[in-house]
Amino acid sequence: MDQTKKKIKPNQITLLAPDTRVFVTLINPYGEEAQKSLELSVNTTKQELQSILQQLVKTEEDQVYSFFHNNIELLDTLNQLIASDPEYKLENTFSLTYHPQSLFRIQPITRQTAALEGHEQPVLCVQFKTHGDILATGSGDTTIRLWDMLTETPIATLQGHKNWVLCLAWSPDCKYIASGSHDGQVCIWDVQTNQLKGQPLKGHTKWVTSIAWQPMHLDEECTLVASSSKDGCIRIWSRISLSCLIVINAHQKAITKMLWGGQGYIYSASEDTTIGVWNKTGKRVQELKGHGHWVNSIALHTDYTIRCACFSEGNTDINTKQAKVFYDKILNGKNERLVSASDDQTLMLWEYTSSKPKVRMTGHQQQVNHVQFSPDGRYIVSASFDKSLRIWDGYNGTWIATLRGHVGSVYQVSWSSDSRYMLSASKDSTLKLWSLQKKKLAFDLPGHADEVYAVDWAPIGGEKAGSGGKDRRVKIWRH
Amino acid sequence: MPQHDYIELHQKRFGKRLDTEERARKKAARQPHELAEKAQNLKGLKAKMFNKERFKEKALMKKQMLAHEEKDIEVNVEDVKDGAVPTYLLDREQQQQSKVLTNMLKQKRQEKAGKWDVPIAKVKQMSEGEMFQVIESGKRKQKSWKRRINKVCFVPETFTRKPPKFERYIRPTGLRFKKANVTHPELKTTFSLPLLGVKKNPQSALYTTLGVITKGTVVEVNVSELGLVTQTGKVIWSKYAQVTNNPELDGCINATLLV
Repeated sequence: MDQTKKKIKPNQITLLAPDTRVFVTLINPYGEEAQKSLELSVNTTKQELQSILQQLVKTEEDQVYSFFHNNIELLDTLNQLIASDPEYKLENTFSLTYHPQSLFRIQPITRQTAALEGHEQPVLCVQFKTHGDILATGSGDTTIRLWDMLTETPIATLQGHKNWVLCLAWSPDCKYIASGSHDGQVCIWDVQTNQLKGQPLKGHTKWVTSIAWQPMHLDEECTLVASSSKDGCIRIWSRISLSCLIVINAHQKAITKMLWGGQGYIYSASEDTTIGVWNKTGKRVQELKGHGHWVNSIALHTDYTIRCACFSEGNTDINTKQAKVFYDKILNGKNERLVSASDDQTLMLWEYTSSKPKVRMTGHQQQVNHVQFSPDGRYIVSASFDKSLRIWDGYNGTWIATLRGHVGSVYQVSWSSDSRYMLSASKDSTLKLWSLQKKKLAFDLPGHADEVYAVDWAPIGGEKAGSGGKDRRVKIWRH
Repeated sequence: MPQHDYIELHQKRFGKRLDTEERARKKAARQPHELAEKAQNLKGLKAKMFNKERFKEKALMKKQMLAHEEKDIEVNVEDVKDGAVPTYLLDREQQQQSKVLTNMLKQKRQEKAGKWDVPIAKVKQMSEGEMFQVIESGKRKQKSWKRRINKVCFVPETFTRKPPKFERYIRPTGLRFKKANVTHPELKTTFSLPLLGVKKNPQSALYTTLGVITKGTVVEVNVSELGLVTQTGKVIWSKYAQVTNNPELDGCINATLLV
């Protein structure tokens, strides 16, 4: 209540009389109208609107929604929202966009609980097991270390690589880790025994830049893993036979990032300014052209769902049907949206069906290094070398806010699983927690002695976040 | 040994013998037998010299044969280098910032003690005649209590002169500087940073209060453009630097940062 009073100045309120009725149309996040317009009283509250919407859209009973008009949120009654729009006339229908909100709330991260020593060289990549109970970190000292999150102590050191471990990825069922190193070798580790499976997989001639497993709803056994490298090739390996099944000569220059999407396509972003869309037999489906310089990072709006859908909070069972159900829900009958960040200081929103971008998002003043969709797919946050982060709308790419506060380039960014907070890691050795609702800094998290290279927030559970950097320490943070 | 190219000339004019290739091939085939006979029958100094040459050749051949036999050579057997960077920084040339900074308490203690580990510890003593120029004033130019400073100085932004009748020390505007070229000793890069003040002039405390900058003076510079942060999360915006040149001779102030 207090917030609304601050926003609207006293001499600007022209509240309508309480018994006036207005025509309202409810619009879903994609821009389509739910039904013909409804006639509602001006004093309708948020709760009443929610129950109306639940009846109309026939969703699960516990789904909570938030309502927006021109990106201003409905906080108490419809009257306040109407008053904020000076151009609205009583004869027109009032458009209200609704967005599903997550039911649970993650507590913001405020302090550091552990500084884990062990790595002898800078920590390059950090990833939580989906349930958040084990953290895997890869470093320049060629080892991967597993840390137990309950006790914040080390579990095992996985040795087998001969050069810096550049990237690692947990399999969708979290029983295996695939990691790639600077000499082009890919290793698959069995987490239950903490051993290397077979031998390191050779094939790439230059360093491995990213690794992606096939999503669980496409393959329950998690047999296929793809790796991309500076030599421009994507190799698909089989976990069971430990051999390379397919080699895709994707690009002439280095591939900077690769993702395996839920619709079965592999997206590869490259330094030759294009993004290739491939299917798993190696055939090219589309070439997304539009950027003017290296494409640094890509993200899909279904990223978080692919990572976590088969698990649920509380138990460690793998539910493959649930994975498919959640995936279909977030896809909602459309195609996966892809956002790409480039050295030409712009971002672009794509769908694999067309080789031209849907939206071009400009605003950053230097290279954009990392981009992430929020877990619910509504927002995009981009981290750039111009020391700022920018928030964009996840559906149509319009700019929402700029977050300033870092004094050095922002390297990586990670979302909380309820899409309310973002954690950013920067060259200036601090992590910062940003609130999406207030669109500003929530907490400052100093503690690292040198640049922070990687950050990850535990997906399910969401209590802890881990970060690693040039000072060779892995730090755990929580509320 | 042919003394000129009469052999080639003849070959060009009249062509080669029809069986030259076969003869050359057969001659080459006889070589190993001839060498073997030499190796077995030579004696004395000639044998020594021959054996030395042969040993070198054999060693080279052995290496080549080994190289051909090995099938599983790892082409790029690189040593693990220092300076590991993540994938997004690999293709970029990044400026390396030395980040291990002295923390605030240590700096405060050093300030109190007045002890500084400076690059230029001792400075040559400067006479007053070198520093000041006597300015005569008065109707008959007999009063000589005014002094003009011949060296570069720094005046703060809010500086206003005393009334000319009363000012003893004149700081000419041509010798007033606001910026210094500060070099970071570890990064080996130089930045042009604004001055904040003169901390200590080694010649005399008087010069410190006047703001005179000579070689060896410790000045305070604004380092906010470097983007340094302490471990507690505070942004560092000023640091000390020591002047390394004679600014009045060069026209600019060069200093090294005291990290």
